[in-house]
Amino acid sequence: MKGLIESMNRIKHHIILGDLEERKKVKIVVDGEEMEAMEGEMIAAALLANGRKQFRYTKRYHSPRGIYCGIGRCTDCIMTVNAIPNVRTCITPVENGMVIETQKGLGKWKRGGSCV
Amino acid sequence: MYKTSIAVIGGGPAGLSAAIEAAKAGAQVVVMDENSRPGGQLFKQIHKFFGSQQHKAGVRGIDIGKELLEETQKLGIEVWLDTEVCGIESNKLLWVVKNKTKSVQVLAERIILASGAIENSIYFPGWTLPGVMGAGAAQTFINIYRVAPGKRILMIGSGNVGVIVSYQLLQAGCEVAAIVEAAPKLGGYGVHTAKVCRAGVPFYTSHTVLRALGENKVESAVIIELDDSWNPIPGTEKVFEVDTICIATGLTPLAELAWIAGCRFKYVPALGGFVPLHDDNMETTIEGLYVAGDVTGIEEASSAMEEGRLAGINTVASLGFYSDKQRERLCNEVRERLDALRRGPFGEKRKTSKEEIITSRKEIQCPQ
Amino acid sequence: MSSITNHLKTVGSPSLKELKGSPGFPDELHLKKGPIAIIECIEEIPCNPCETACPRGAIIVGHPITKLPVLDVEKCIGCGLCIAACPGLAIYVKDYTYSDTEAMIVFPYEYYPLPSTGDKVTMVNRRGREVCGGKVVRINISEKNNKTPVISVSFPKKYFEKVVSMKRLLNKRFLSQWTIHL
Repeated sequence: MKGLIESMNRIKHHIILGDLEERKKVKIVVDGEEMEAMEGEMIAAALLANGRKQFRYTKRYHSPRGIYCGIGRCTDCIMTVNAIPNVRTCITPVENGMVIETQKGLGKWKRGGSCV
Repeated sequence: MYKTSIAVIGGGPAGLSAAIEAAKAGAQVVVMDENSRPGGQLFKQIHKFFGSQQHKAGVRGIDIGKELLEETQKLGIEVWLDTEVCGIESNKLLWVVKNKTKSVQVLAERIILASGAIENSIYFPGWTLPGVMGAGAAQTFINIYRVAPGKRILMIGSGNVGVIVSYQLLQAGCEVAAIVEAAPKLGGYGVHTAKVCRAGVPFYTSHTVLRALGENKVESAVIIELDDSWNPIPGTEKVFEVDTICIATGLTPLAELAWIAGCRFKYVPALGGFVPLHDDNMETTIEGLYVAGDVTGIEEASSAMEEGRLAGINTVASLGFYSDKQRERLCNEVRERLDALRRGPFGEKRKTSKEEIITSRKEIQCPQ
Repeated sequence: MSSITNHLKTVGSPSLKELKGSPGFPDELHLKKGPIAIIECIEEIPCNPCETACPRGAIIVGHPITKLPVLDVEKCIGCGLCIAACPGLAIYVKDYTYSDTEAMIVFPYEYYPLPSTGDKVTMVNRRGREVCGGKVVRINISEKNNKTPVISVSFPKKYFEKVVSMKRLLNKRFLSQWTIHL
């Protein structure tokens, strides 16, 4: 499995905030690949911790987009989550077993998608 | 339909302070926030705040946030999270999407709008590459999510946000390659710039970012010097190998709901753009609709909290919870503290701009 | 912004000249007489915790709180209570009389990792440039400091004027993670 929490770019020690508290780990599937995330964290944070910077590709020029505003305003970080396209990953928490896909263009609604 | 005395839109420093002030007087208050946790941007402010003891100077923003939440809880204030307010109708009817799923109509006697602000962008070739992000976004990731956005960062903008986030990136273990400022002088407080300066971060005044380079993400950035008329000087390009470019070029009030409600506005560059007109009690041109915090002009969390209190006091006073005398006394205390924050070379301009808003509000007192 | 703060507003840190013209910077005589607070706050911002923190009333801001802090060199004993109280981390204490050959600086340091007592560290000037070596004498992480560690370092007397802080220690663990990862 890729992206073990132990070896990631998480900020484990911080002079003001203290040590990163141990949290339950959950598994997410990103473009078919299983990754580890921390329970309750935002999808975007989990992806960044796993070294992923590209979240979607634009419709016309297929150019990559990633995190921009980080607070749910700009919609640059949208992905297809559990078959629902256009989910703002910076403000949507991960759930165990969540299926996350890089979004191409406007994304496609798939049958059987459930609300996140 | 849900009925409430006071609906507060936005659970950041201004909104929570307003709600606390109103609930203290005994009014029924509902706070709505689109995020999954309250506190707005306070929880990423891990530095000690300025001001005096009355302004909670020396306390870190994150701890002020905790105090506000505790008080909110103690007073039994209802807080709706993951709740987006989509519209305000003329009779103070709010259209609300509650918990991301349910559409609810809320009828409020008074509304306090404290929706905050959004970071500005600047546009340059490569600005859409993953790795280019708002400085506030980087701050959210390092201080709340505890994940570094990159290893080596170039900061664009030397205002307080730019220098504070640079400092906090260093605290998170990242490198800051440089801080770039288009103006000939640095914008942020000198104590903040001095802090990153002695940490070895260079400043480039009269420089701007020319382009970001990289295949699928930022791999480097080019900056260029500007002449006296802010035009790039060819041949002065400098390349920085960075994986992240943070943009800290100011904020704009998030005032959509005030526009929807029909508030009158004024464009004030010093306050970040279009801001809803309000009187010195924070009431807009729509009766019963109050505003507080960054939505009324970009300032700091300290002043946002004071404005929130002012809006809270006046809202409940207008509902008959306070006599005119009580209201005056409480308001004057807050105004004095607000005034203290709007002084000196940094505060003066905000003070006069704020006064401009209040004056403009007076001028259109009669029929709109 | 006034021209008095030109260096501060272009380089990012105040020059010695700018500091010497400010009321929080002790005169030459008192600077070298014994432990004393040095306040590098030369811009009028709304802030006064230094005044509140001083038990001897040696720092006066007054009203309005945007006034520059004034250090009473006669009253200040260099106790250092103002160091962590300053939200701008703009105050440190220096003692020229620490020993025959060495001076001491007590300064705020909010980075991880912290050094240990006895460690040899590198001292820097206001622009973060290396000046000389130093030895960590004490690390104060008391609750009262509200998570701002205050570090005491001794260093050769002849660099007394230049030294204002220490070079950040490498966050090795973090860096090694990056090398593995990138």
